[in-house]
Amino acid sequence: MLAVDGITVRFGGITALDGVAFTVEPGTAVGLIGPNGAGKTTLFNCLTRRCAPDGGTVRFEGEDLLALPPHAVAERGIARTFQNLGLFPRLTVRENVMVGAHSRGRTGHLAAALRLPRVRREERELRDQADDLLRRLGLADVADQPASGLPFGTLKRVELARALAVRPRLLLLDEPVNGLSHGEVGQFADLVRSVRQDFDLTLVVVEHHMGFVMGLCDKVVCLDFGRKIAEGAPEEIQRDPAVVEAYLGVAV
Amino acid sequence: MRTIVTTLGTDRVRRLRATLTVLLAAAAAGYVPFYFAPFQVFQLTMVLLYAVALSGLNLLVGFGGQISLGHGAFFAAGAYTAAVMLDRHDTGHLATLPVAAAGCFLLGLGFGVPALRLRGLYLALVTLSFAVFLPPLLKRLEPLTGGSMGLTVEKLQPPAWSGLAEDQWTYFVVLVVTTVALLLARNLLRSRVGRALLALRDNESAAEVMGVRLSLHKTLAFAWSAMFAGVAGCLYTWVIGFVSPDSFSFVLSVTLLAGLVVGGLASLYGPLLGAAFVMYVPSVSQDLDEAAPGVVFGLLIIAVMYVAPTGLAGLPGRVRGLVARRLPRPAAAPDRTPETGSPPDARPEPQAGDGPFATPGPADPAVVDAEPVGAPPRTEKE
Ligand SMILES: Nc1ncnc2c1ncn2[C@@H]1O[C@H](COP(=O)(O)OP(=O)(O)OP(=O)(O)O)[C@@H](O)[C@H]1O
Ligand SMILES: [Mg+2]
Repeated sequence: MLAVDGITVRFGGITALDGVAFTVEPGTAVGLIGPNGAGKTTLFNCLTRRCAPDGGTVRFEGEDLLALPPHAVAERGIARTFQNLGLFPRLTVRENVMVGAHSRGRTGHLAAALRLPRVRREERELRDQADDLLRRLGLADVADQPASGLPFGTLKRVELARALAVRPRLLLLDEPVNGLSHGEVGQFADLVRSVRQDFDLTLVVVEHHMGFVMGLCDKVVCLDFGRKIAEGAPEEIQRDPAVVEAYLGVAV
Repeated sequence: MRTIVTTLGTDRVRRLRATLTVLLAAAAAGYVPFYFAPFQVFQLTMVLLYAVALSGLNLLVGFGGQISLGHGAFFAAGAYTAAVMLDRHDTGHLATLPVAAAGCFLLGLGFGVPALRLRGLYLALVTLSFAVFLPPLLKRLEPLTGGSMGLTVEKLQPPAWSGLAEDQWTYFVVLVVTTVALLLARNLLRSRVGRALLALRDNESAAEVMGVRLSLHKTLAFAWSAMFAGVAGCLYTWVIGFVSPDSFSFVLSVTLLAGLVVGGLASLYGPLLGAAFVMYVPSVSQDLDEAAPGVVFGLLIIAVMYVAPTGLAGLPGRVRGLVARRLPRPAAAPDRTPETGSPPDARPEPQAGDGPFATPGPADPAVVDAEPVGAPPRTEKE
């Protein structure tokens, strides 16, 4: 489904990604781990066209992802969440989710200004779909509240709801349980598992919480200083000396 | 079940209240020109046309998160389009409106493209330079624009069948155009397009990841905004019957922006309040201090921003918030705690025990109004 090959990204002097290659098969969940600054977020940014790599290719279902304009990525069925919450703080929770459905709407500027009947119809549909998602994620209570000021755990779910509103086939989660309490991590993991099933998602998950990654993923890729140092099933990765060294800083 | 019923109930109540408000406003607006003296009616007409310009500016600044110190120039472009058409080609007033609108839309589109690469102070500077540069240009183009003498054209004249005086007829015509313009702006904002604009304002890269086409929406926001200013300028020519370069100095641009901020950014009725400010405050300050009206004007802006940092439109919400904080509300507390303290996966409880009024509505409008740059538009009504 997704094939990353030889991706290299340089920021001035530092090489954030150095020839990283891996593939994601349809329906699987791939964990992307690595110490701070390893380049995980940068990789996500390449996949969603937030940054242009200096070399390498990314193919999504055979199509060259790097040739797309940034706004077209969602249309192809790729959604993501952000490491430090990328919500729209002054929009309500429902509006946040409705923006997620942007690429599925057709309304243009003129039609919107005249509020043609088809605009009303589309608005109603998008709104109903958003409300369904909010109910699904237990957010119906806060639908009309502005996103700013809600508890962190709630915001994490709002972001997930917004990403699901894209109707993605590939979902990229950047540290989804970072900053959640122990109990919340478990609940979020259950939530991700159930939406993965229901929405038939392929996942790539960046996360430092090893329990979360190992419990969810079919395959794990480990980066360190921009290089892929290991790839394999979760149990293998946990025992891999290179991975252990990268995390602990000492050879075992 | 209970919650659904009550939600439906409040929805209907809200709609009823909205309809009543609209009817009352319409009745008041229709009654006004027969009650006030012609000069006061003229002033109200000016408030209405400034409101058009400000709602355009609001699209760009309040909802779009961009900035323009050059809207006076778009205003001037609309005014001169109308004046030249009336003066040279004798087209009749009505024909000038679509031309001024389309012309300014295109002009705005032209400015929207460089605006994509500029932000904040740089954008302010570029738009300001447009506003500074236009009056001398108008003076230079003397054969067309009448140079520094300006152009005197025919004002709107009431048709015989209406039986109205000139000021009353003009007021009604401007009222119609303003209503249409404000409706267009509101429709735009309450749609996919408006959400895209707001999303870009709040978080550009997240918006783009969600599929929002940044360049399209930002340039079109500029174009719409310029169009509204141009329409306001066109109305200005209809009402005043005279344009000259000195009426459109860069001070106009600054005044418009100040009016918008005072009225309330990103609020649907902020532009009306701001327009009243733009119209009345300069003359009031003239009365207070003849020597330096600018000083009084400036002080008043500072005073308003001190009392109502979210603009006049946000004032009622702030007051409500303050009052609510002063008066202890025992009923509100248990209502709130489960929400903030709830674990993330808690299913929405049907709040059966909380009585008939415990609806999951917009929980606290005061919170919305306390946002630094005004509230999101759709949360204000309905
Ligand atoms: N826009 C940028 N400009 C310059 N350097 C950047 C930029 N983005 C990332 N970097 C650098 O690239 C490297 C990789 O960063 P990245 O954010 O991808 O790491 P990460 O694996 O996501 O780390 P973390 O676990 O802390 O989130 C870091 O050294 C970072 O400083
Ligand atoms: Mg990161």
